Amino acid sequence: MRDLAQKMVIASKLEAAREVEEALLHRAAGFGYSESAMFAIKLALEEAINNAIKHGNGFDARKTVEVCFRVDHRKAEVTITDQGRGFDPGAVPDPTRDENLEKPCGRGIMLMKAYMDEVRYNDKGNQVCMVKSNS
Amino acid sequence: MRDNEQDAEPRLQVTAKGDVTVVEIGNRKILDEINITQLGEQLSKLAAQSPDPKLVIDFANVAHMSSSALGMLITLHKRICQRKGQLRLCNIRPGIYEVFVITRLNEIFHIHQSREEALASLG
Repeated sequence: MRDLAQKMVIASKLEAAREVEEALLHRAAGFGYSESAMFAIKLALEEAINNAIKHGNGFDARKTVEVCFRVDHRKAEVTITDQGRGFDPGAVPDPTRDENLEKPCGRGIMLMKAYMDEVRYNDKGNQVCMVKSNS
Repeated sequence: MRDNEQDAEPRLQVTAKGDVTVVEIGNRKILDEINITQLGEQLSKLAAQSPDPKLVIDFANVAHMSSSALGMLITLHKRICQRKGQLRLCNIRPGIYEVFVITRLNEIFHIHQSREEALASLG
């Protein structure tokens, strides 16, 4: 299977994320990614797109989320960009600290980092790039 | 794949075991993001039916987890605790359990390997 980059632009609706998820996971399955790698990609992708729609675009129907991904036999790389003002990921409180354990929100970025091999934000904080190795 | 199961409303199988309500999550996709709010409302309603609710949630069919799902469970747990009730989780697959461990939520929730163990733990 050839390594093809794919770009999708979706509306700021949670339902729209499924289309991206299905396309990326379909390609990963085609390259024989393990069940645990697929689980990780699905989880991280859902968290990142949800963040883009909710916190980045604020559910604004006029704004979109751009998702670019490239999957080959070695790794899956996905970049998600929203049209929001961006944020400082370093300022997000650690959800595993005792005082934050019972807070219902704030675990998305932490899970992305736990399950993907690389998670990088741009300076503005409206774009995240994630990489998962096929191992 | 856009199957019927994925588009279905959250389905819960609810059974009573004495004064305990056992909730089995009925389809694999139920914890997808767009179903979370609805699922949280359904579980909260169940918890509100008793002055001191005892709830067991069976995750045997759950293959996915998200921060939103965890948030929903935390909110439910708080509501049940406020009413002096008890919440137990059971039959969580190893891959899903790992999410609880990474987030340290295994320290908050009472998690049991089987439904029988969860039921036996309730006072």
